[in-house]
Amino acid sequence: MSRANAMLLLLLPGAFVLSLFAGRVWLDFSATPNAMVIIAELRLPRALLAVIVGAGLGSAGAAMQGYLRNPLADPGLFGIAPGAALGAVASFWFGYAASAWLLPLFALAGASAAMGLLALIAGRTGGIALFTLAGMMIASLAGAFMSLAISLAPNAFAMSEIVTWLMGALTDRSWREVYLAAPLTAAGIACFWMARKDLDALILGDAAARSMGMRPGVLQAWLIAGVGLTVGSGVSVAGIIGFVGLIVPHLVRPFTDRRPSSLIIPSALAGGLLVLVADSAVRILPLVTELRLGIALSLIGAPFFLWLLLKMRRGHAGGML
Amino acid sequence: MSLGADNLGIRGRLEPLSVMFEEGQVTAICGPNGAGKSTLLAALAGLIETASGKAVLDGEDLKNRLPRERAQHIGYLPQDGETAWDVSVRNLVSLGRLPYGDEAPEMVDAALEALGLKAHANRPVSTLSGGEKARALLARVLAGQPRWVLADEPLAALDIGHQQALLSYLRQTAAAGTGVIMVLHDLSLAMNHADRVLVLDRGKLAADGAPENALATGVVERVWNVSANWAGSPGERALMVRPPGSA
Repeated sequence: MSRANAMLLLLLPGAFVLSLFAGRVWLDFSATPNAMVIIAELRLPRALLAVIVGAGLGSAGAAMQGYLRNPLADPGLFGIAPGAALGAVASFWFGYAASAWLLPLFALAGASAAMGLLALIAGRTGGIALFTLAGMMIASLAGAFMSLAISLAPNAFAMSEIVTWLMGALTDRSWREVYLAAPLTAAGIACFWMARKDLDALILGDAAARSMGMRPGVLQAWLIAGVGLTVGSGVSVAGIIGFVGLIVPHLVRPFTDRRPSSLIIPSALAGGLLVLVADSAVRILPLVTELRLGIALSLIGAPFFLWLLLKMRRGHAGGML
Repeated sequence: MSLGADNLGIRGRLEPLSVMFEEGQVTAICGPNGAGKSTLLAALAGLIETASGKAVLDGEDLKNRLPRERAQHIGYLPQDGETAWDVSVRNLVSLGRLPYGDEAPEMVDAALEALGLKAHANRPVSTLSGGEKARALLARVLAGQPRWVLADEPLAALDIGHQQALLSYLRQTAAAGTGVIMVLHDLSLAMNHADRVLVLDRGKLAADGAPENALATGVVERVWNVSANWAGSPGERALMVRPPGSA
């Protein structure tokens, strides 16, 4: 087991147990009424969901950075997260979100549509540039439709619902979301695992990778499926949570041998840990309304991104990568 | 045991040509910029679609081989030599085992040893000098023990000392029975170190044979459009070049 995995496997259970007690109300079994109910019905599913969503985003970020051979890649670039969000927005628009199952299903449908479109446009050649451009095109198209839906919202309530949901949060989630996201995320991480050797081959560039037996179309199919399952299910239960996929592989990379294959599992574990800790933190913060998780992570993520860019510009990229 | 081109053509870049290569030989592909050297090499590695004809491995169309199986026979060293992530030399070299899906430490060790990289095995590739990196990239190819090594300008970025060192590694590889085919820009290196030279000119085969014949003064003057003549004795030839018309 690598150093990173061992470290994370120690940290994660500790943080998990701690997060069950942390919140606006610090649980004290002897004093808090209904402590077991709070844990079993509120905090346990929420903590699990944080780990699941974070694991999906972290592993997707690691796989995409490996695929694009670029430390600045983020799974959000590929249009699947915006596609899922557009699906969710549609469910608000049509008023279906009142039914608890329909919102995530709409989001998953949106993610699937984005995946299908991505595969359709880029799938023929397996070329990386076309794939990236297609993803960015889908992302901006989905973004435009979301803005359209917000500006044409049938009523102010729907508009505020949409805007709030888009910020990303794990508030008031239940076991239902866990049952939905857990198997899909696990399947997605399995797709990245299947792609790990091809991602390693890409260290030497596209031509060398193909000369070693990497099939670009097959690799792309694993990645589209993997990002669709992890990010699509993540957005469908938690909304848009940015920057996890970007930051986590960076934090983990120095503790691995830097091969993309060595980064997938530690990034899943670290992503789970980061979202879990961030979600516990927003619960503890003494604000009138709970800070949205998506906002909190972006508040951490954006300065980090800037720091990363500056560090690369100074030519320390060798150490970073 | 053969690799070759059977009426192989690439639209706009290479006119259909047929040529067979031999194991245990160093073959240099020479020609001016844009002559189709790298294209021919990539087609022989099965990396580009052919417009006509086929690349042939052991009498069979290369396209009929699974990519991984093909990769077990043919090692390809691209020109750019990029490494996306700062992995260790050992991990870089062990990528050569990907076609087999194993990490075969003894093969990786042998490749490191053969190229004098044993002491550098745990260094990150970003800390290597240009010469060391070129050796590491070649070691990656050799770790897969291919029967064919196809190298696209492996000497381009190296100083003359490292050029000679890498050439001697390539010669050793050929002496062990591997077929080495490489694109070379430096005609003197091709003249002195190759067993056979192919000259391409604007997508056509202009000459093919022993270096003394394929790179004869007349061929060089015609294909590269310079006035030139060879100085020195066989094995230590140097090309004296003057601009066209100045002689």
